[in-house]
Amino acid sequence: MSKILVIAEHDAGQLKLATLSAMGFAHKVCAATGGSYAVLIVGHGIAAAAETLRSYAAGCVLVADHSALKEPLADRYAHVINDVARSQQATMVVGAASTFSKDVLPRAAALLDAGMISDVIDVNPDGNDFIFKRVMFAGNVIATVKLEGALKFLTVRSAAFMPPQKVAALSPVTSVTVDAGSLPAQIEFLGSEAKVAGRPDSTEARVVISGGRAIKNSEDFERLIGGLADVMGGAVGSSRALVDSGITPNSLQVGQTGKVVAPDLYVAVGISGAIQHMAGMKDTKVIVAINKDAEAPIFEVADYGLVGDVYQVVPELMEKLRK
Amino acid sequence: MKILVPLKRVPDPDTKIRIKADGSGVDFDGVKFAVNPFDAIALEEALRIKENLGDAEIVVVSIGNDDCVEQLRNGLAMGADRAVLIKAADELDSLAIAKILAAVYKREQPSFVLMGKQAIDDDSNQAGQMLAALLGLGQATFVSKLELIENNSKARCGRETDAGIETVAVKFPAIITTDLRLNEPRYVSLPGIMKAKKKPLEEIALSDLGVSAMSRTKILALEPPPKRKAGVRVKTVDELVDKLRNEAKII
Ligand SMILES: Cc1cc2nc3c(=O)[nH]c(=O)nc-3n(C[C@H](O)[C@H](O)[C@H](O)COP(=O)(O)OP(=O)(O)OC[C@H]3O[C@@H](n4cnc5c(N)ncnc54)[C@H](O)[C@@H]3O)c2cc1C
Ligand SMILES: Nc1ncnc2c1ncn2[C@@H]1O[C@H](COP(=O)(O)O)[C@@H](O)[C@H]1O
Repeated sequence: MSKILVIAEHDAGQLKLATLSAMGFAHKVCAATGGSYAVLIVGHGIAAAAETLRSYAAGCVLVADHSALKEPLADRYAHVINDVARSQQATMVVGAASTFSKDVLPRAAALLDAGMISDVIDVNPDGNDFIFKRVMFAGNVIATVKLEGALKFLTVRSAAFMPPQKVAALSPVTSVTVDAGSLPAQIEFLGSEAKVAGRPDSTEARVVISGGRAIKNSEDFERLIGGLADVMGGAVGSSRALVDSGITPNSLQVGQTGKVVAPDLYVAVGISGAIQHMAGMKDTKVIVAINKDAEAPIFEVADYGLVGDVYQVVPELMEKLRK
Repeated sequence: MKILVPLKRVPDPDTKIRIKADGSGVDFDGVKFAVNPFDAIALEEALRIKENLGDAEIVVVSIGNDDCVEQLRNGLAMGADRAVLIKAADELDSLAIAKILAAVYKREQPSFVLMGKQAIDDDSNQAGQMLAALLGLGQATFVSKLELIENNSKARCGRETDAGIETVAVKFPAIITTDLRLNEPRYVSLPGIMKAKKKPLEEIALSDLGVSAMSRTKILALEPPPKRKAGVRVKTVDELVDKLRNEAKII
């Protein structure tokens, strides 16, 4: 029987929605094979996020709240996950495929001598074990894999798993004792970029407007990409080309090495459609591409393609959508 | 100061990946191989650190079959001082790689390890973090800015996270993994290639390293991702708005 430990993710106490997809994965496995899942949230000032987690039929919500865990430092978080995975006798430890999980979970896996699969998009029981599907080679290959060992670590793509249904009965909360003195201290937190408030995160938004090299500078990005996103109530994203030229921050990058998004609508504005970019948005429901080059590869995946100059098309689009 | 830089041999990022007809693997026939781009960035950073300090030894290590010699020679031509090939079966997962790298680390005792955040073939993004855990060292992953501080005893690192740049300091020895924006790797020069031929390249059988690294991950089959159905071209913005409203019903 499965005993799954889901590692919740939050941003300074604000729960990341992708956590619910990881719980959806756990729910799916338990529904198929029996067993139960617990959710672990690690941090400081996380009571509200923990409360939210109680509504999804988890066997229990484990809360490791301590000032020494305020920042998501991999050495400390992996240490806590290691302890909890042992005491819970977990058979799987699961997180959303994000930079947080990718930083912390492999470290915890190695502490427990457990193998790990990243970017899982499907799971099916196979006797007493499981068969997983995961994405490789910049989205060009879907691999069917098995992972040996009594304990498995996984990150899952949020678009692939629906959040579990909310239930009336709240999951019990257990607080995890944190012995601050025993926590490793090899990584020192120095600071993080102030967040630009306002628009939603591209991994959580229903609409994502993404700009590519066609956009010449930050003002144009804000006016055209930001402007269109605001009209549609969406998030902004960008190709690597704009990150490299300093026009957009890396946190906006969509692709193989950036964020993987799967919104209802993705509008690619002046993006050529390199394989590494498409790896991050191909699972979108509806893709719109605007590009002046009729041969651009992005048109091969676009549901609606418009050949034109983004500097003319986007203002016109904003105007017509406002009506 | 000694810097250890792992280099993985991977298909060139610009090559089209084809799956064998029976789904048993990727068809590498005629495919061009390269140093994993993130590892080339790690090596470039190590070279810049060496140039800055005036002195440092850079050791590149690759795990795989004899073909990896090509990538190690490439690393030597970029400017690494010495290369080590750990001869092993082709497909090893990140935990196995981390165990082997931990053994190499113990042999070499570097000041720190600079490596790629992810191999662009398996896209696992695990080995560096696992290596740090196995060695009980600090880690800074997805680094796009790196600065040696406090008499070169620590690194101040800017990390690319989903929320933006986070800055941490790690004491050496530590494991640092690179992101794309850290630098742009230099091209190998002709004199570099000539010099590389004379640089030492040591080959070690996995069994001589004293690690039994078995992959836990077993790939059963490969398939291409589902194809999206062909879309349509719209001629005007009006037509686009109409399709989104009335056909896709998305706005
Ligand atoms: C290891 C590795 C990892 C990578 N990871 C990523 C990743 O995660 N995400 C990512 O995005 N990239 C990634 N890349 C980079 C990727 O290969 C491409 O270089 C990048 O996506 C190109 O960005 P772009 O489409 O904006 O620019 P370009 O390829 O230069 O395309 C610009 C497009 O804009 C069009 N255009 C120009 N002006 C106008 C105009 N006025 N109106 C309309 N159209 C116009 C052009 O026709 C062209 O199609 C990676 C590369 C490597 C090697
Ligand atoms: N066979 C290998 N030889 C040398 N280094 C490797 C090998 N496999 C992985 N690595 C290193 O580990 C990093 C992360 O790999 P991965 O966990 O597979 O994404 C790569 O960028 C390399 O630096």
